[in-house]
Amino acid sequence: MSERLIEKLNILADAAKYDVSCSSSGSDRKNTNKGLGNGHHSGICHTYTEDGRCVSLLKILLTNHCIFDCAYCVSRRSNDIERAAFTVDEVVELTMNFYRRNYIEGLFLSSGIFKNADFTMERLLRVVKKLRLEENYNGYIHLKTIPGASDELITEAGLYADRMSINLEMPTETGLKLLAPEKSHDDVVKPLGFVKNQIIQFKEEKKLIKSVPKFVPAGQSTQMVIGATPETDKDIMYTAAKFYKNFSLKRVYYSGYIPISNDSRMPVLGTQPPLLRENRLYQTDWLMRFYGFDVRELLNEENPHLDTDIDPKLSWALRNLHHFPIDINTADYQMILRVPGIGVGSAQKIVQARKFGKLYIHQLKKIGIAYNRAKHFITCADSPFQLKDFQGHQIKGFILAESQSKYLKTANNQMLLF
Amino acid sequence: MIYTYDGSLEGLLTAVFEWFERKPGAISLVTEERYQPDAFTSCFEVLTNRSKADRVWKGLASRLDRDWMRKAYCTFLSEIPEMQQELFLFICYVFQHQAGAEKNYGNTHVLNIAQTARKVEREKHRMEAFIRFQQTADGIFYCGIDPDFNVIPLIVNHFKNRYADQQWVIYDLKRHYGIFYDLHTVEEIEMNVDLQQLKHAKQTLLDQKEQLYADLWKNYFKSTNIVARKNTKLHTQHVPKRYWKYLTEKL
Ligand code: SF4
Repeated sequence: MSERLIEKLNILADAAKYDVSCSSSGSDRKNTNKGLGNGHHSGICHTYTEDGRCVSLLKILLTNHCIFDCAYCVSRRSNDIERAAFTVDEVVELTMNFYRRNYIEGLFLSSGIFKNADFTMERLLRVVKKLRLEENYNGYIHLKTIPGASDELITEAGLYADRMSINLEMPTETGLKLLAPEKSHDDVVKPLGFVKNQIIQFKEEKKLIKSVPKFVPAGQSTQMVIGATPETDKDIMYTAAKFYKNFSLKRVYYSGYIPISNDSRMPVLGTQPPLLRENRLYQTDWLMRFYGFDVRELLNEENPHLDTDIDPKLSWALRNLHHFPIDINTADYQMILRVPGIGVGSAQKIVQARKFGKLYIHQLKKIGIAYNRAKHFITCADSPFQLKDFQGHQIKGFILAESQSKYLKTANNQMLLF
Repeated sequence: MIYTYDGSLEGLLTAVFEWFERKPGAISLVTEERYQPDAFTSCFEVLTNRSKADRVWKGLASRLDRDWMRKAYCTFLSEIPEMQQELFLFICYVFQHQAGAEKNYGNTHVLNIAQTARKVEREKHRMEAFIRFQQTADGIFYCGIDPDFNVIPLIVNHFKNRYADQQWVIYDLKRHYGIFYDLHTVEEIEMNVDLQQLKHAKQTLLDQKEQLYADLWKNYFKSTNIVARKNTKLHTQHVPKRYWKYLTEKL
C-alpha cells in the first residue's frame, strides 16, 4: 500500500510543479482550538528545490485525469502519461503528517478536471473540509478554483481556504485561444471577480458581526506562462497590472515555459526555459508593487521589452537621467526609492538617519546600499565633485564592467534562447 | 578600565547601572571567563543584581519600542563577545541621548545592534523552517539542533502555538538544553544522554510510520524539482550547506 502511495505522490507532485506559486504568506489564521497549525504572516520556506525555488507547501493534484486538452499542460487528455488519483483520506493524511514533522506550511491542492467542473470542485472541497472540521487543522491551504464551478461551491471553499487562485495561463486572449481553444480569459475573470466581491462582503460583515468567518484571508493569485506564445514583455506586464488593479490580486506569477511536447505551436522540446526573462518580469512586478512605479514608466511603445543585460530599475534610471543626481540628504523618500542600488530597507534607514545630521559615503555604505551602482545617481555630504556629465551608455558601461561576472553568466544563459 | 561580568543579560544590565553610578569614561566589558588581568588596566567586578538590572531594563523599555527592545535582546542572544560590549555601549548611548536616538543609523552602535539582531532573527527563522521532527515510539516529536546563536528562547512561542496538539522536544545539542512541550506548557529540560545518540534518534526508538513519511517527503522533494531549471548556486544560497544535516530530504 505504501508503495502505491509513493508512486501516486510522485506522479501527482510532478504534475503539479508547473504551478510556481508556493507562497504561504498573508494568513493570520490562529490555532484557537488547540489543533494543529497556524498561519505565518510572511510565510516560511521549509526547503528549496535544486532550482532554488521555495518549498513551502505540499503541492499536489488530486488527480491528473483531465477532460481538457490544453497544449501547454502535461495533464492534457491527449498526452500519453500515467494517470493517478488520490483519495480524500490520502491527501488529508499526507498533509497532517508532513505538517506535524515541520516539513511544510500547508497544502496547495489543485486538480485536473474530471467529469465536470462542479464534480471536481466538490472533491477538492471535501479534502479541505475534512482537514478543517475533522482534523482541527489550521495550517495554510491554497486551493485552486476550478473554472466553471458553481458559485455555491466556490463560496463554501472560500470559507476553509487561505488563498484561492485561478490561472490566466497565457498573457493574452489570443495566446490562450491558440493553445487552448476550449478556454477563454472570461472563464478566469468571472470567478476572480466573484471571489473578490465575496472577500469584500465578508470583510464588511465582519466589521459589524465578529463571528463572521474568514473568507480567503490570504487573497487571490494567478499565473501566466511566459514564452510559450509570442507576447511582448509589455503585453505581459500590462495584463498583470490590469489584474492587480481590477481583482486586488495578492500576486501574479510568471512561469517560464518549459517545453513538454513537440506541438508545433510552441517552442520545441529541449529549448531552455526563459529564466532570465522570467526574472526581469518579477523585478518589474516588484517595482510596481513596492517602489511606486507605474507600469507605463517601465514598458511602453518605445520600450516594449525589458533589457536583458540590466535590471528594469537601472534601465529606467538610465532613460531618465534628467531626474538625477538626487541629493540623499534632501530628496523625497519616493525618489530615493528609485535610485538603482538602493532598496526599500536602505531607503527607510536613510530617511531616518539623515534627521540626525548629513550623511556621508561611509555611512551610506554601512547602511547597506550598493554604493558603486548608486553613486552615479546620488550626491551626499562628501560626494566627489564631478566635472563632466556622463551619458547613459557610459554609466551603463561602468556598472556592467564592475559587476561583469554576475551579468555575463546570466546573459549567456539568455543567449542560448535565440 | 575593564568591567567584568558573569555573561548573563542581567549582569550586562547591572554593568550599565554601575557605569552610570560611577561614570568612569570609556570601559571595555568582558565576561569573567574571558578576562585576562594585565598590569596596566584597572578592573571593576560587576556583581549581578536583579533589581538594578530590572531598573535598567524598564528604563530602556520606556525609551525604546518593542521592536528595538527585541533587537537588544537578540543581540544578547548572539553570544558574540564584541557584540555584548556593543550592546552595553548602545544602551548607554540611548540613555544619554534624546528619545528617538536609536533611529540614527549613522551611529555605529545603532547599526551594529540592528545588524546583529538581523543575523539572529535570520537564524531563528531558519530554525523555524529547517527543524524536522521525528516521531518517536512514545509519540513525542523530537529534533536536535545546533544553531549559531542561542535562538531557543526566540522560537518557543512559534512552536507552542503551532504544534499545540502534539508533544515535542527541541534540543540544542551545542548548548546542552532544550524545550519540551507536554500539551500544556513548555518547560526547559536538560538530558543526560550521549550526544551522538541524540543527533538522530535511532530507528528502534522511532514510530513505525516514521520511515514511511520520511520516504514520502524525500520523494516529494525529488518530484517537485524541475530539472530544466537547475540552479545549484541559488539553491545553496537559500540553504547553506551547514544546515543540510537537519533536512530529511537531504539525508
Ligand atoms: S484544464 Fe487544467 S489540467 Fe486540464 S489540460 Fe487544461 S491546464 Fe491541464
